[in-house]
Amino acid sequence: MTTKIVIGLDGTETGERAIAFAKDLAGRIGSCELLVVYVIEWSPFTFQTPEENALRHKRREEEVALATSRIIAPAIEALKAAGFEAQGIVRHGDVAETLNAITVENAGSQIVVGRASADGFKKRLFGSSTQNLVMHADVPVTVVN
Amino acid sequence: MMMNIQNKLGLAALAALFSTPAAAQDAVGLDDKINQAFADFTGPFVSFIFAPFPGTGFPWIVGWLVVAATVFTLYFAFVQLRFFSHAISLVKGDYSDPNDAGEVSHFQALATALSGTVGLGNIAGVAVAVGIGGPGATFWMIVAGLLGMASKFTECTLGVKYRNEYDDGTVSGGPMYYMSKGFDELGLPGGKILAVLFSIFCILGALGGGNMFQANQAHQQIAGITGDYPGWITGLVFAVIVFAVIVGGLKSIARVTEKVVPFMGVMYVAAALVIILMNADQIGWAFGQIFAGAFTGLGVAGGMVGALIQGFRRAAFSNEAGVGSAAIAHSAVRTKEPITEGFVSLLEPFIDTVVICTMTALVIIITQQLIVDPETGKYMLNEAGNAIATVDGNSGVSLTSAAFGSAFSWFPYVLAIAVILFAFSTMISWSYYGLKAWTYLFGEGHTKELVFKVIFCVFVVIGAAANLGPVIDFSDAAIFAMAVVNVFALYFLMKVVRQELASYAARLKSGEIRKFGH
Repeated sequence: MTTKIVIGLDGTETGERAIAFAKDLAGRIGSCELLVVYVIEWSPFTFQTPEENALRHKRREEEVALATSRIIAPAIEALKAAGFEAQGIVRHGDVAETLNAITVENAGSQIVVGRASADGFKKRLFGSSTQNLVMHADVPVTVVN
Repeated sequence: MMMNIQNKLGLAALAALFSTPAAAQDAVGLDDKINQAFADFTGPFVSFIFAPFPGTGFPWIVGWLVVAATVFTLYFAFVQLRFFSHAISLVKGDYSDPNDAGEVSHFQALATALSGTVGLGNIAGVAVAVGIGGPGATFWMIVAGLLGMASKFTECTLGVKYRNEYDDGTVSGGPMYYMSKGFDELGLPGGKILAVLFSIFCILGALGGGNMFQANQAHQQIAGITGDYPGWITGLVFAVIVFAVIVGGLKSIARVTEKVVPFMGVMYVAAALVIILMNADQIGWAFGQIFAGAFTGLGVAGGMVGALIQGFRRAAFSNEAGVGSAAIAHSAVRTKEPITEGFVSLLEPFIDTVVICTMTALVIIITQQLIVDPETGKYMLNEAGNAIATVDGNSGVSLTSAAFGSAFSWFPYVLAIAVILFAFSTMISWSYYGLKAWTYLFGEGHTKELVFKVIFCVFVVIGAAANLGPVIDFSDAAIFAMAVVNVFALYFLMKVVRQELASYAARLKSGEIRKFGH
């Protein structure tokens, strides 16, 4: 049976370390598929102007295209070049909730993420996405330093 | 004729734009001139819209809207009650597919549409209604709000169904699109003519209620704090800021406003609730006044009919149900089911009128701003005999302000800021509605859009300089003129909505449409 490992990227170098760790893990496990995920932070409960609403679909397409070309595609290419089976997903939403939801949907067995560079008042108050993920995920989570 | 009015008014405003503070001694005179010119040019249009049924004092337009809201309520078998909780589930996102995340959500569409309607209508408009029509106007306002939910449902469903989606991913929608496309689809003639008529009135509505009325009331608020000064100065400052946002693309101001306005709205309702609770022993009396006034008038000018007209008129102006503006705002949502936007939109008249307007009215009544004759128990009229006498002779925003201020002395300052922000966010929303109507008429393009935006800014100055009377009349008239055309089209298109409703309700019942696990 193939084990599926979900790698959550955030577009920073900690993501690189998460990929490196997942590759090492996958190598040890053997039959393993890597699912590389980038979540675009987004909430359905924000306030927008009518004009922003009218342009929203266009912006969404642009955001997905950008995340795919800049973050997901290079990661998948590198993983495939290294001989791993890999797929990518870009989705909007709350980072922790969405990463967990994608993992559950795809029957992933664990999640690997880089440690977010937590700083600032908001993160002190609400915790970083990584903290939220560790607290609420349905599968084991590995946070790579 | 309308364009002629715009040109002449535009010249008057340009004259205001180029005045210098050195000419300040003439400024009040200039305000008067703008005001007179404005009243003269808009008079015939206003008289037509508010013409009473022959032999009565009942404006035909009010009847038109109430009959429409009642027809939609019956035709859709009280959809506003049957699908109320479903609408809330939709807003919460229970039925949203996670794969569609990142698109405009139901909540965002509702919030955007609400920020266009929640504003001065809820604060100043209600004060006008209660000040003229007495507490009984509140009852009719609530009735109009509840019925209006069905009108809003109808127009917003159609707005999404017949919107235009362009190759670049942007959308344009609204009554002008469902009029032309919907009528074509049903093989009916005249859709295009209705669409053009609607667009003309929508532009006037955007310049009137969506702009001048807002600028006017914002100026009154500021002048109330700083002392009187010429209105065109406030107008100019507002015009510059609006210009920066809609022409200069200074999104940051709009974003801040969009975030602060809902907060202000919640705070307003909370303050009203606190005042009502502080006077808990008066609640029964206040509702007694509302019910008694609704059917007897309690001595107000025009009696029961006076209360009814004021209630209906202000409700329609506040929640815009049947006007068609919300259909423009809601059409940005990408949903597979247009009717879901209809459900969500029916919450707007509820929040706007049944909740917020009622709060304002209750605070005015409960803090006893309206003077009652102790001998007869009826309301006393002011010297002019056209409105109820109030403590300190307040009317409009100042009446609401005085009512809140009687409980919290600092509240008028908060209210002043709220009014200015509400005014600003309503202007931004209406600049968009007006622009959509403008581009429908003249086509999309940078220069064409710029022309409208500049006209819009010029009208901010005129609105701030003119007196409340002519401005409020023109604002109402223009917005109601939109409703004349829109409701007419809705009668022909409502069967399309009924088909959608039947199909959706069946699939909801069968479980085909289900909640997503979040």
